[in-house]
Amino acid sequence: MQPKLLTGNAAAAWGARLARVDYVPAFPITPQTEIIETLGRWIEGGQMPGRMVTLESEHSMITAAGAAAATGVRVFTATSSQGLLYGMEMIYTVAGWRAPFVLINVSRGLASPITLEPDHNDVLAARDSGFLQIHCATCQEVLDSVIMAYRIAEDPRVRLPIIVNLDGFYLSFTREPVEIPEPKSVADFLPAYDPESTRFRASSPNSQAVAVLGGAPYSYFRYESHLASLNALDVHAEVAGAFAQQFGRHYEAVEAYRCEDAEIVFLMIGSFATKAKAAVDRLRDAGEPVGLVRPRLLRPLPAKELAQILAGKQAVAVIDQNISVGMGGMLHAELASALYGKANAPPILTSFIGGLGGRDISPEEFYEIAAITRKAAQSGVIPPARLLYTQEEYREVQKLQAIAHAERHEMGAE
Amino acid sequence: MYRIRFHGRGGQGMKTASRVLGTAFFQEAFQVQDAPRYGAERRGAPIFAYVRASRTAINERGVINHPDLVAIADDSLISAPAAGVLQGIGPRTVMLINSHESPETWQHRLNLDNTILIVPAEDAVTDRADLPFAGMVCAGAAARLVGVIGREALATAIREELHTHGSGLVDRNIETALHTYDLMQDHANAVTEGTEISAKSYASPQWIELPLENAGSAAPSIHAAATSTLLKTGLWRTMRPVIDYDHCSHCWWVCSTFCPDSAIRVNEEGVPEIDYDHCKGCLICVAKCPPHAIEAIPENAAKAREEKAHATKTPDR
Repeated sequence: MQPKLLTGNAAAAWGARLARVDYVPAFPITPQTEIIETLGRWIEGGQMPGRMVTLESEHSMITAAGAAAATGVRVFTATSSQGLLYGMEMIYTVAGWRAPFVLINVSRGLASPITLEPDHNDVLAARDSGFLQIHCATCQEVLDSVIMAYRIAEDPRVRLPIIVNLDGFYLSFTREPVEIPEPKSVADFLPAYDPESTRFRASSPNSQAVAVLGGAPYSYFRYESHLASLNALDVHAEVAGAFAQQFGRHYEAVEAYRCEDAEIVFLMIGSFATKAKAAVDRLRDAGEPVGLVRPRLLRPLPAKELAQILAGKQAVAVIDQNISVGMGGMLHAELASALYGKANAPPILTSFIGGLGGRDISPEEFYEIAAITRKAAQSGVIPPARLLYTQEEYREVQKLQAIAHAERHEMGAE
Repeated sequence: MYRIRFHGRGGQGMKTASRVLGTAFFQEAFQVQDAPRYGAERRGAPIFAYVRASRTAINERGVINHPDLVAIADDSLISAPAAGVLQGIGPRTVMLINSHESPETWQHRLNLDNTILIVPAEDAVTDRADLPFAGMVCAGAAARLVGVIGREALATAIREELHTHGSGLVDRNIETALHTYDLMQDHANAVTEGTEISAKSYASPQWIELPLENAGSAAPSIHAAATSTLLKTGLWRTMRPVIDYDHCSHCWWVCSTFCPDSAIRVNEEGVPEIDYDHCKGCLICVAKCPPHAIEAIPENAAKAREEKAHATKTPDR
């Protein structure tokens, strides 16, 4: 099949269409809106069966998604940023129902201050909920991941909802060549959803309650979700294998790029990782043995794969496009916990925070990160975590502050 | 890799221009990435869009900082710093300007030795967002300047990108683009592929340690009151609600209550008045008015009507 130029949002919508979803509860938010607009147009035009319902908030939207999934239909929904946070109570709640569906999150930084551009604090706020998480780096990966996500989430060994994440702007509004698989091949790969024991059926009313439980049974159910999530590592591997066989594109839980003989490795998630890939190529041209590791699956965390790929490396530079305020980069902490005490683990992890609110990361900055990390590997001294931020950027902020100060003065304050 | 940026105003077709050029490259078997970058999503606001094209897979992402070509659909943006037209221009960046003025004038004005090419601008129009085919003019010229896109690929790209429009409009766009494509004949290949920034010799980023500052200035709060009145959101309007006072029943509350922007005020005589500086043209008042006394007319027609009324008014003596 000939590739077509598609945005990440269009690729997400194609994924839902090819997965033959039955129900799409929807609420718009920039930069996600194009996804539900596209699905709305297809459903209305009859190119796609299924039912779309616009809800009055993300809280209701996620409730509707979980409830519909519990009736045994295939559900797709999408949100971003503040919308995901507004629905957060139900993110945890529906995950506990163990009803599988796919939620697209189009990453966008969180208020305050407010931005439309991407970082990963929104999706990482859902990190501990029970939803699985796949992080995409290209528009093709978005389409393919939606299709794979249904097979993983619906697998009886897992049965958890799943978030497929794509970055706002950098993927959502960016067109790239994307192969749209044949509907017939997708149907072979992803048969109709068999809901097995989920109880609700049309025309046979029933009720499902969640009991208020004491610590011991509560712990049981929460930990069962955790075990099911860990099970998704093997299921992902199986599904990725089947996907590669059907469509010729292979996705590992952790993408390792030019890592075999690498001494220094960048670690990143999301679309900015392709920038790191370009930087790896240039560093290789300059004779630097540098590689890239991109966890695609973040929940469950492929800790074993990460430890295997990174074994024997001199140092890892973790570039976090998020910040846990008062701690630092979340991936840096996650990687440290995945590697601690493992045989042959790299002795040096450096930490960089970059790309907050869509702030770009330049090729020179990747080269510099590699140079600093190499120096740390040679000296054995780990530098403090660093925000990627230039003198020029700081000057611009100071200008804004000067204007704000002058205006406040003019208004008679202070 | 080719790196090309289009600058214009919302409504001038910058996103379409980037998509047409992207699809034309794709027709010629290039790997392509194209994207618009929106700020304020409305007509008339500065927007830009960009295209990357390469024979091999593209891993670079985001805004283009070192363009090979900057195509400017609206020359009034060049002097607006917020539009970022001159961002990252190097000595080999070609500038294509839709303008009435000569390359020499622009070189002098901008103090640049760069190759500057002009596509003659259409006659001035009242609404800048309506500059006819500004995007297509730039896309057609850009396609020729890179030297690797044929006429047929360009026409096919336009057909593909505009397929939801009528064939008349598609044909006019193709004609426009091919016209500027041909105009640039002498400059085919003027735009060449940029090189990658070497990891061997590069300028180190001037990173700083961000200092901790007083929360009074380090919190993103806005203290000035009523700043929204300064922002004339009436510029967004394409349809204008007009009250027919002969039919207005002076109910005194329906239109003004339903207006989501509080842009309808009822004066002391109980007569509603629309604040056109802030009415965005949502037309909820038109739908809600019980005696149907509010009419929606296109903004252009409303402006023409105003001008006519103004012109025919007998001056006071």
